[in-house]
Amino acid sequence: MTKQHVLTTINGEQTEFLCEPQQSLLGALREDLGLTGTKEGCGTGDCGACSVIVNGRLTCACLVLAVEADGQQIETIEGVAEPQALHPIQQQFLEHAALQCGICTPGLIMATKALLEKNPDPSEHEIRYWLSGNLCRCTGYDKIVRAVLAAAAQLRGAEA
Amino acid sequence: MHAFQYVAPTSLAAARELLKDAISVPTRVLAGGTDLLVQMRAGLHSPARLLDIKKIPETNVLCIEAGQARIGAAVCAARIGEHDALRRLCPGVAEAIALIGSVQVQGRATVVGNLCNASPAADSVPALMAAGASIRVIGPDRERWLPVAGFAVAPGRTLLAPDELIVELRLPVPDAHTAEAYQRFTPRAEMDIAVVGVGARLTLDRDGCCRAAEVAIGAVAPTALPAPEVVAAILGARIDEAALTRAAAAAKSVGNPISDKRGTADFRRHIAGVLTRRVLRTAAERARQRSL
Repeated sequence: MTKQHVLTTINGEQTEFLCEPQQSLLGALREDLGLTGTKEGCGTGDCGACSVIVNGRLTCACLVLAVEADGQQIETIEGVAEPQALHPIQQQFLEHAALQCGICTPGLIMATKALLEKNPDPSEHEIRYWLSGNLCRCTGYDKIVRAVLAAAAQLRGAEA
Repeated sequence: MHAFQYVAPTSLAAARELLKDAISVPTRVLAGGTDLLVQMRAGLHSPARLLDIKKIPETNVLCIEAGQARIGAAVCAARIGEHDALRRLCPGVAEAIALIGSVQVQGRATVVGNLCNASPAADSVPALMAAGASIRVIGPDRERWLPVAGFAVAPGRTLLAPDELIVELRLPVPDAHTAEAYQRFTPRAEMDIAVVGVGARLTLDRDGCCRAAEVAIGAVAPTALPAPEVVAAILGARIDEAALTRAAAAAKSVGNPISDKRGTADFRRHIAGVLTRRVLRTAAERARQRSL
């Protein structure tokens, strides 16, 4: 099969690449574009480790074909931090020790970012439901939920 | 995954052209891909061509018009959850769709995909059947409408021909005396597959008696089933404890559930009764609220 040309926007930058039709967006990000922050967990859309934001919607990059990225706006973990500082969500994950091995962390941070953009003041219940598509096999969820609550509070404070 | 050709037509006419050789070039339709891509990676399907329908305007329609809710085949579940009028008027269908998968899956998965995947436990299907939904199917040079009830014929198999695709789904918007509900049972609160799911739509008359009803039950047979025996148990009656008890008893006899890791056949029959009682109570309460 001939390779297909894809013109997309990743973290605000116009990006071009060639891909096979069967390649996933996750594969293109990691193997062709060097954006290895997005992790592969299950490869079946169950674990959320490869969560990215496509046109404002949280999505598993393993369940998107790379060719489908053509003309779309993609946000990955590499676009979250400021040049000089971590994003408050990242900072709060660190301060609450909401990670161990780190494989689920980029996906959880993207999921948290999508949540707080939609709902800046989520309850613990809402956070737990929203993050139910992101599996963590090390830390357990309590520290993650606390980090999200703290990040939400910090972001609301920063806006006020 | 094996190699295939990827095409993304931007009009129904162009899609029809591609369907002309969909028999000689085995084709699968791609919308959300949350079932299809996983199954292709597992080797269950190896189409020569994937036909992405997301760039066709007609598949992106989501509106209420002329007494019908129209849901395009490429509309993701999250968009339905964000549609206030649809959620208010068709709460049973909306709550069933909202149960499909995680936030990540909701952002990609489509209702029509849920239908085409033809899982016996698909959450949207009993709700759509109870709501009287139908689908617009097109082929290279033909078009037909099919009811959702009966569209799945076996797990993973539907009435869709290899050279057909679904453009949209329509359901009649309930009148002011009609309301609907859907509930399922899962051991976990989220990210799980229904052990049993029950959808119902019912119409109350001025005295609070059931004038019309549709009930469908998922995961008690190879496909979701209509439950006329449940309807017969409540038709003409007030939706009180006695009627709900008769309906629950009737629901236990629907289908021929299997025992598997999610539950035994006896447990499924029991849960079908419990959920039928709860769903009818909720739908009746919603119908009363609507007629106030």
